[in-house]
Amino acid sequence: MVDEPTKKAKGTIILNKEICKGCSFCIDFCPTHCLEFSKDFNRKGYHYPVLARPEDCTGCDLCGLYCPDYAIFGVKFKDLEKLAQKAPAA
Amino acid sequence: MSSLAVNVELPELQNPLMPYLRQDRIPHIWCPGCGIGTSLNAFIRALDEMQFDLNKLAVVSGIGCTGRVAGYLNVDSFHTTHGRAIPFATGLKLGNPDLKVVVYSGDGDLFAIGGNHFIHAARRNMDLFVVCVNNFTYGMTGGQVAPTTPLGATQTTMPYGNFEPPFNLPYLADSCGAVYVARWTVYHVRQLTRAFKEGLSKKGFVFLEVLSPCPTLYSRRNRLGDGVEQLKYYKEKSVVKNGADTRDVGLSFQGDIVVGTFVNRERPTWLEAMNEHFSQRFGDRYQPYGVHRED
Ligand SMILES: Cc1ncc(C[n+]2csc(CCOP(=O)(O)OP(=O)(O)O)c2C)c(N)n1
Ligand code: SF4
Ligand code: SF4
Ligand code: SF4
Ligand SMILES: [Mg+2]
Repeated sequence: MVDEPTKKAKGTIILNKEICKGCSFCIDFCPTHCLEFSKDFNRKGYHYPVLARPEDCTGCDLCGLYCPDYAIFGVKFKDLEKLAQKAPAA
Repeated sequence: MSSLAVNVELPELQNPLMPYLRQDRIPHIWCPGCGIGTSLNAFIRALDEMQFDLNKLAVVSGIGCTGRVAGYLNVDSFHTTHGRAIPFATGLKLGNPDLKVVVYSGDGDLFAIGGNHFIHAARRNMDLFVVCVNNFTYGMTGGQVAPTTPLGATQTTMPYGNFEPPFNLPYLADSCGAVYVARWTVYHVRQLTRAFKEGLSKKGFVFLEVLSPCPTLYSRRNRLGDGVEQLKYYKEKSVVKNGADTRDVGLSFQGDIVVGTFVNRERPTWLEAMNEHFSQRFGDRYQPYGVHRED
């Protein structure tokens, strides 16, 4: 589930929490500091990022660029449709 | 609310990097906070932004944690024996000059056991893009001292601190004749992506050094915290100096880090030099090799 963004939010994150290793790169280097660690653990026992301040997310995808595990990426709402259409290559 | 904003099927969207990876091997084996994955992230984004023709790409790695890159990328790739990525890549390039051949390996692989191959490929201006993930250690085998370990840093084989002077890798590459030499860290994700694009576009021997944390061995032995602490160190201590004299960019233990594009010049590649030489020697009797293959 994704938190329902308020009017201010320009984007959001998409997370595959089961492959996150909790390194905190995304949390520490998000330019708007809108991510925090989850309280619970994923199946491997790592805390993963949650969008603690969804209204501040710009969808800039810097989190996606830092993630060493390809677990997270950011999207701008205006690009969502385009992304959804882009069929994943085989 | 607009149709875009609420509960669209976000979790259905796939990470745009995934098509470039062998997804059956994900999650990868790299430790939490290891920077190799972030370097590969930037490499994939460069390929994606350039819409690089993957049929014209080959990636070659040696042995080590970084060497696993060849196994995770969903492109033609080869995981060679330790230290031999450059000779294998040289054969690949000369056998199929249309390929862009990228060597992606660790500091130990490229500069300890493989150091001799590096200097000669650079001297010959072999058309290869060599990416070195420098974590100052032999990650895969347990944190032994490497030719890149800074003076004073502790390693399993240097329990009282390293006393061997390390290589200054950009200086080495520059003095051997590389046509493009740059250094960034995995903190500099955008600049790193740009450097990957430049490396993929440049003809000749290209060297990119990527400083990257090994939290499990290098950082832990030296009590430097986890991966993100190393990235904060890179952020704090990096100074961008494009065109810096490579003699001045050596690294010290947790000291300042000069980053940037240091060298960008033109020189005939090995193939060009060979064709030129034999054309002069034999005139029309010589059929140049590896040119005009496009048509
Ligand atoms: C011929 C040979 N000698 C030694 C080894 C053991 N060995 C495997 S990886 C490695 C060094 C890896 O260091 P580096 O290239 O820096 O990669 P990292 O794991 O740090 O990414 C060594 C010495 C080997 N596999 N083969
Ligand atoms: S997309 Fe940008 S603003 Fe949103 S969480 Fe990621 S880094 Fe932060
Ligand atoms: S950068 Fe990736 S692996 Fe690290 S905490 Fe964020 S989502 Fe998890
Ligand atoms: S041992 Fe070091 S280099 Fe190897 S995966 Fe772990 S953190 Fe990365
Ligand atoms: Mg190494």
